[in-house]
Amino acid sequence: MQLSRFPGITLVLAASIALIGCGQKEEPKPQAAAPADSAASAPKPEVVVKIGHVAPITGPQAHLGKDNENGARLAIEELNAQGVEIGGAKARFELLPEDDQADPKQGTLVAQKLVDAKVNGVIGHLNSGTTIPASKLYADAGIPQISPSATNPKYTQQGFATAFRVMANDIQQGKVLGEFVAKLGVKTVAIIDDRTAYGQGLADEFRKSAEAVGLKVVANEYTNDKATDFKAILTKIKSTKAELVFYGGMDAQGGPMAKQMKELGLKAKFLGGDGVCTPEFMKLGGPATEGHYCSLPGVPLDKMAKGPEFRDKFTKKFGAEIQLYAPNVYDAVMVMADAMKRAGSAEPARYLPEIGKTSHDGVTARIEFDEKGDLKGGAISIYQYAGGQLAYVETLGGGAGAASAAGVAEAVKEAAEATGDAAKAVAGAATEAAKEAVKEAADAVKGAAEATKAAVEKK
Amino acid sequence: MDILFQQIINGLVQGSIYAMVALGYTMVYGIMGLINFAHGEVVMIGTLVAISIVTLLVQSGMPPALAGAFGVAGAALVCMALGWSLERIAYRPLRRAQRLAPLITAIGMSIVLQNLAMMIWGRNYMTFPPLIEKTQYEFAGAAFTSVQVMIVVVAALSMSGLLLLVYRTRLGMAMRATAQNPAVAGLMGVNANRIISSAFVVGSALGAIAGVMVGTYYEVAHYQMGFMLGLKAFTAAVLGGIGNFAGAMAGGVLLGLIEALGAGYIGDLTGGFFGSHYQDIFAFAVLILVLMFRPSGLFGEKTGDRA
Repeated sequence: MQLSRFPGITLVLAASIALIGCGQKEEPKPQAAAPADSAASAPKPEVVVKIGHVAPITGPQAHLGKDNENGARLAIEELNAQGVEIGGAKARFELLPEDDQADPKQGTLVAQKLVDAKVNGVIGHLNSGTTIPASKLYADAGIPQISPSATNPKYTQQGFATAFRVMANDIQQGKVLGEFVAKLGVKTVAIIDDRTAYGQGLADEFRKSAEAVGLKVVANEYTNDKATDFKAILTKIKSTKAELVFYGGMDAQGGPMAKQMKELGLKAKFLGGDGVCTPEFMKLGGPATEGHYCSLPGVPLDKMAKGPEFRDKFTKKFGAEIQLYAPNVYDAVMVMADAMKRAGSAEPARYLPEIGKTSHDGVTARIEFDEKGDLKGGAISIYQYAGGQLAYVETLGGGAGAASAAGVAEAVKEAAEATGDAAKAVAGAATEAAKEAVKEAADAVKGAAEATKAAVEKK
Repeated sequence: MDILFQQIINGLVQGSIYAMVALGYTMVYGIMGLINFAHGEVVMIGTLVAISIVTLLVQSGMPPALAGAFGVAGAALVCMALGWSLERIAYRPLRRAQRLAPLITAIGMSIVLQNLAMMIWGRNYMTFPPLIEKTQYEFAGAAFTSVQVMIVVVAALSMSGLLLLVYRTRLGMAMRATAQNPAVAGLMGVNANRIISSAFVVGSALGAIAGVMVGTYYEVAHYQMGFMLGLKAFTAAVLGGIGNFAGAMAGGVLLGLIEALGAGYIGDLTGGFFGSHYQDIFAFAVLILVLMFRPSGLFGEKTGDRA
């Protein structure tokens, strides 16, 4: 037995050594091949831009991760179709999708993999919990990282020059949510979080804000991002007679939670952040979600100039509804490509300074970064679940007013321009667009007015 | 007081589900000393199969209750076939291998089944169509639904059925004999292979029923739902004394109660030092305590080195 085992072990050892050897031999190959390729096609130089994308593609948040990846795919395909040139060479964008399973350990593992693959930039990760530990690896390697959806403030507070996000952070979101709850006329709130960097971070910011506006936090309860049963903690919350339950976490838990609240006869309102502002939440929660609230950074897709167009493109291409962050991912890729174009290079060190100077008119917002890499003037919109749909309530916070005012002004300006001499030239089509723009602007104003009216009535 | 009552109801329902799944672990362990870590995945497959069948039948106009019956039957059949093949493909060839080998295979099978389910049913959460009308009751300040009552009743019936099978039939006698000593049972004319297969089949059928219960209770299913459920049920089985039927049932219900009461009261008892995020730790701490003072679990008998 003993003797016969040894050859086996040596065999395995030999095989693994051989494998390692192969790996080492193979690794420099693509690098060597890349310049060789561009040299071979000298008349039309081509530069390959490798963009890493990380999101949970398996696990409880796989539906959101796939949504993100689709957003990135759409952006990359469009960039390639446009034939973008970077520094005089034709750029071919390549997506390197990775799966971090929403697990911080896995997050750093795949981050290292992307660093080793010498990607030009990284879009991701989806969760704050994976983004924060991974950001150090990217920073050390000098690889620019734009997260589409990590909202935990810590991400950009670490002082990494490479870290950016295209979404309002939780300080902004938590603050707005606290103020919104006070406006609803609620006095006591219970807070549940899922103990992830995102959920806990958002819940903490909400707690601060709620206490600041004079709300009483009567219960702090916790769950995890894999749980399905919340009856025990909800029963406890029921006994505190809280008027509102705030949940910092994702839709996969939020939906069943709303359902179980109803089953236990909890009359409290439910409020959550961007993680539960999804079609999935309503699918899982069913009628029990009716009348509850959630918030999303940014303004609604339909209210953005390019929003409906993006939705059409997305659903046509993937045959699926946008879940949540796909537009943000799309914007993040575009911001990165834009910086590369302006820098005339896809070298991380050369185009990184350009990201900070971004002023990009994206699908989700006009994207400009502050010195930390946070999105400037991130607005937060509140939604109410009504009839299986997300009904827009109002947009609040930070530069929300300024942003929407700017949006309206821009639409009006565009309309004016269109109705001007340009309209004469392009005839009906342009005026049509202008009319629509004006109508949209009017709708936005009307929506805001209605929301304020509703809020006042509730008061 | 009404909170206590409500928490007991919560724990009892959750515990019944744990108990059903725990029985699957305990049956296999009792007979062949193997921890079938893929059992949680069998439960998951049961839920997803039931969803597919019920959705299809309800859409074609069948009343939900009847469709549910077909769903349970279909899920049970698929899971029984799955349990049988698992044993045949993954465990039987390793029966004489070191004890670690089948354990690793079990974990491997669990990953394979998860990914298989992801390929078939996709990554998204699926909603379980309601099978029976969800009537809400109120008793002594505690709310509960007809679904919860049904879960406890069905669990009790299935478990009594299992006890009848094990203690009143020839198959059950053969199972107990094989558990005691496979070699001697073989000499008495018991076909050990057949008995081991039937343990997998019966355990998987129970798992399928548990899967439908989980589905109707939470109305949510996902290809990874089996993992945590399996782990908890395994804990329940160990708590009660793995290999012991009554132990698995009691352990399941006990674990459900500990979790519910733990989450409900731990914060108050420790003055907020421990919150409900220690819910799982609370359950596992109780497990460790039980194992320290009764290493073979609450109901476990001392066994030799074999198991």
